[in-house]
Amino acid sequence: MREITVRVNGQERKRLVKDNELLLDFLRERLEVRSVKAACWRGECGLCTVKLGDHLVKSCLVLAVEADGKEVETVEGITPDGELTPIQKAFVSHGAAQCGFCTPAWVLATHELLQANPHPSEAELTEATSGLVCRCGTYNQIREAVEEVSQARPRLAKENLASS
Amino acid sequence: MTADAFVGKAVPPEDTVRKVTGTALYTYDWEVPGTLYAKLVTSTVPHAKIVRISLESAKAVPGVVAVLTGKDMPFRVGMYAGDRDLLAVEKVRWAGHPVALVVAETLEAGERASELVDVEYETLPAVFDPVKAMEADAPLLHERMEEYKHAPVFYPVPGTNIANRFRLVHGDVEKGFGQADELVEEEFRISHVSHAYLETQNVVAQAYRDGTYEIWTSAQSPFVVRQIISESLNIPYNKITIRVPFVGGGFGGKAGLQWEALAAMASKAVGYRPVKLVLSRKENFSSGASREGVVANVKAGFTKDGKCVAYKVRFVLDAGAYADYTVNVSRAMGYSAEGVYEVPNVQCESLAVYTNKVPTTAMRGFGYSESNWVLEQVFERAAKKLGMDSAKIRRVNLLRPGESHTATGEKVREDVGDPRKVLQTVLEGIDWDGKVERPSEPWKVRARGFALCVKGPSQPPNASSSAILKFNEDSTIDLVLGTGNFGQGTATAISQMVADQFGVAVEKVRVDPVRDTGKSAYTWQTVGSRGLFTDGVATLRACEDAKGQILDLASQVMRLPKSELEVAEGAVKAKGRPWLSIPLRELVFGYVYPNGNTVGGPVIGRGQYTSSLNTYLDPQTGQGVPTIFHTFGGTAVDIELDLVTGAIEVKKAVQVFDVGKAINPLLLKMQLDGGFIMGMSIALFEKIKFDEQGWVMNPNFTSYYLARMKDVPKDFVARYVETPQFDGPLGARGIGELSMISVASAISNAVFRSTGVKLNNLPMSPEEVWAAISSQKPELLAKAMESYGRVETAVKARQ
Repeated sequence: MREITVRVNGQERKRLVKDNELLLDFLRERLEVRSVKAACWRGECGLCTVKLGDHLVKSCLVLAVEADGKEVETVEGITPDGELTPIQKAFVSHGAAQCGFCTPAWVLATHELLQANPHPSEAELTEATSGLVCRCGTYNQIREAVEEVSQARPRLAKENLASS
Repeated sequence: MTADAFVGKAVPPEDTVRKVTGTALYTYDWEVPGTLYAKLVTSTVPHAKIVRISLESAKAVPGVVAVLTGKDMPFRVGMYAGDRDLLAVEKVRWAGHPVALVVAETLEAGERASELVDVEYETLPAVFDPVKAMEADAPLLHERMEEYKHAPVFYPVPGTNIANRFRLVHGDVEKGFGQADELVEEEFRISHVSHAYLETQNVVAQAYRDGTYEIWTSAQSPFVVRQIISESLNIPYNKITIRVPFVGGGFGGKAGLQWEALAAMASKAVGYRPVKLVLSRKENFSSGASREGVVANVKAGFTKDGKCVAYKVRFVLDAGAYADYTVNVSRAMGYSAEGVYEVPNVQCESLAVYTNKVPTTAMRGFGYSESNWVLEQVFERAAKKLGMDSAKIRRVNLLRPGESHTATGEKVREDVGDPRKVLQTVLEGIDWDGKVERPSEPWKVRARGFALCVKGPSQPPNASSSAILKFNEDSTIDLVLGTGNFGQGTATAISQMVADQFGVAVEKVRVDPVRDTGKSAYTWQTVGSRGLFTDGVATLRACEDAKGQILDLASQVMRLPKSELEVAEGAVKAKGRPWLSIPLRELVFGYVYPNGNTVGGPVIGRGQYTSSLNTYLDPQTGQGVPTIFHTFGGTAVDIELDLVTGAIEVKKAVQVFDVGKAINPLLLKMQLDGGFIMGMSIALFEKIKFDEQGWVMNPNFTSYYLARMKDVPKDFVARYVETPQFDGPLGARGIGELSMISVASAISNAVFRSTGVKLNNLPMSPEEVWAAISSQKPELLAKAMESYGRVETAVKARQ
C-alpha cells in the first residue's frame, strides 16, 4: 500500500492504494466515480476512458500510483457549472445514446476532441474514437452530434428519414 | 396542444441526460452495504463426472466466507426447457461450466480462492458437432431429459441429444418438386456469436430471514426471472422482488434467467448477506450463453416463371450444453422458414441439439435471422438459374395481404403491412436500376444486393402486458410500465402517445427508469420487438380508463352528460362549447368546491393487453398463429469486395420497414441504424471460435471484433412505410429486432449477384470469402491478383 494524491475533477483526493491497484478500481471503488465503466478489462472497449494529465487513457491499463500528483478528469468533471456542455446537448438531441453504458466514455472523448480540435474532419473523429466501441451502434448519431457542435450548424437527426 | 402534437415527432429519449452525465446507474454500479463478492469456479473439461471437489485450501484463504457447490443448491431451472443447474450437479457439460462459487469479503480474495478449488473429474466422451450429436452412439448430455419441465409447445426426444424437434408441413413438398423446373440444393452454416452487450451479466442478491429476496439484475425480463426462481425454487412470487436499473445492453442475451437464482441462494447460504456477482468478459464468453450455431440443409424448387413451388429445409441448431431458451429459437426458425413468401408446399424440421459447448439463448431476431440467411440466398440462386431479376422473382412469390397464408397457415390480413411497397422502397433506396459505381481499384468489385424479411414476437399465446397511469397533484403523470428500457426508447414513444391522449406536453408524462416486480406494471418480457405494441396498447387502454374516471367526475361537476364532454388540451371541455372547461389539474385529485367540499380523488388508470388471436402450433404440422403481428422490411447494400484479400466494405446501406405508424422517427432511425450496424458486424466479423475441447478461444474484443465507427457506411438511408395495423397502438408495429435480420443476406446476395461466388457460411470474414473465391472462381482471383500485381509493380517502379 502507498499513499497517492490525485486531483479528480478538480478535487484533491488523498488515498492509500495497493501497489497493483488499477486507476479504474481506484476511481470506481475508492472514489465512487461511477461514470467510469468497464466491459473488457484489457484495453479493448474504451469504456473506462478518463483524462489523465493532458491525455485520454484507458484506466484499466493504468495503475493508480501512476496518477499520483496528476489530474484526472471524467465526464462528471466537464460540467463544472452544472449546465450540459454543447456535446452533451447534441448527444441528447441526436439520440446518440441507446443503452448508455458506453456513453460517458464517448462524451468525454468527443468533448476532449472538440476542445483540442474544434472542427475535426470525419477521419479525425474516427481516429480519435477508434479505441471506443458501441454495441448498440449509435455511431451515426454520435457523428451527427459532433458535426453539429463542430460546425455550429444545426441539423435535425431525422433529416434522413423521409416518409415514403 | 393539438391531438397529434407529439406522436410522429422526433422526441429525444428523456433518460439520455442521465446517460451523458454519467449519472445513469446500472446493476454494475450497484452496491449494498456489507456486500460480499462472488467468483465462479469453472470446469476445465468439456464432459465429465464430478468425483470429488476439495474446498479446504480455498476456504482457508483470508476473507473467504463460503465456497458453494451444486450439492448446496440442487435445483433445476429454466424458462422453456428447464434443463439448467445453478452449479454443476454430478457432472459438467462444457469447458466453462460453473462447478463452484466462492463468496468472499473482497473480489481479490474470491479470485485467489477460486484458483485453489480442486475438482477431480472422471472424463466422459464429449460431442461438439450438432449433427454428430444426433447419431445413435453419440455421448448423451442429459440422461434424465424426461424429468425436465418443458413448456407445452416443445418436443424433446429423451434418450437423445435433441432438446426440441419442431415440424412444419403444408402441402406436399414432393409433389411440388415434381412441378419444379429448377432446383436449388445447398448447405448453409452459421457460427456462434456473442451478444456482446457491454455491461456483462451481473447481479446483486440479498436473501432475508423473513423468507423474502431482493435481487438487482441487468435483465430484460424481471417478471420472468421472478417466475423461474419462484417455480423452480418453490418460493411464492410475492416474496421475490426483482429490481432492474439501467441495463447496459441486452439483445436477447439477458432475456431469460441468468445468475439471479445462484446469487440469491448464495446470499442465503452465507447467512443472509448481500452477494454481488459480476462476470468478466472472458467468463461471459465461456460460461454465459451465446447465440447458437446452425447447420441448414435446404432444397427448393422453382418453376420457369419464378414461382417457388416447394421448399424443404432442415435446421440443426448447435444449442450447447443447455438449450433452455434455444428450444424456442428452433421453433421460431422453423415457422419462419418461408419468410415473406407464399410457398404452396413446405416441409421443415428444426432441431435444437445439445453439444458440449457454451449454452445458447435468444438473440435479437432469433430464428428469423437464421432462416433468412438461408431463404433469401436460395431466392438469389434461383433468380440466377432462371435468368430472372432478383426483384422480379420476389414479386412473383411475395405474400399478398388479404389473400395469402403464412407458413403456419395463418391468413395474412390486409392491415398487417405492404410487402410490395417495402420491396419497391428498398429498390428505390439503392437505385436498383441505376448504374453500379466503379470500384476504387481494378482488383475490387462493386456490387449491390438486397434481402427482404418479416418478423413477429416469438412469445407464448398467454404473454400479457399491463400499464398503470397515475395522475399527480399538479396533473403530471407517472406512467408505470413493465417494459424495459435499454436503448429502444419504448417508454419515450409510449409517453408521446399518452401526452396526446390528454393534450398535455410530453414532459408531463414520465416513466421511472427502474423496473421492479413489486412496483412496475406486469409485462411478460422485453423481447421480440413487442414492447411498443403490447405495452402501448395496454397504455392506451389505461388512458381510456383514466379518461372515463375524469369525465364521470367532470359530468357531475359541470352538470352535463358525459357524452357531451371530451378531454383535450389538458382540460375537460364541453363538445362544441370549448369555453365550458375545467383544467385536468382541478379534476385528477378530486374536485374541490368553493366551500371545501371535495368529490372524487386521485385518478389511476389501468389497462392490459393479451392477444386473443395466438394459438399453440400443431405438433405434427406446425400450423397455427404464433405471433401477434408481422413487420415486413428489407435491407439493401452497395458493397466493395476486395478479391485479393476477401474483405467486404459496405459503402451504402438502405433499411426499409413497414412500421404501421412511426410514433417517433428519431427512435426509429436509431433502431434502423443500430440494427444495421450490429447485423453488419455479425455478418462480416463475428465468430466465437472453439478449440477441440469446446473451449472458447477468443473470449475478448481483440480476437472477437465488434464493428467500430470506421466500419460504418458513410451513406445510410433509413425509410419507413406506414400501413396502419388496426389492433396496434395508433397503428404501430414493433421494429427493434427487425433492423438486423436481412443485413447479412443482403451482403451475401450482393457478392453472389456480381461474382457468382456463394457465401454460405457466416461470418463472411475475409478468410471465408477468400477461400470461397479461390475454390469457386479461381479465374476471378487470378485476374484480380494479376491486376494487383501490375499495380504493385508499377508503384515499385516509380519508387
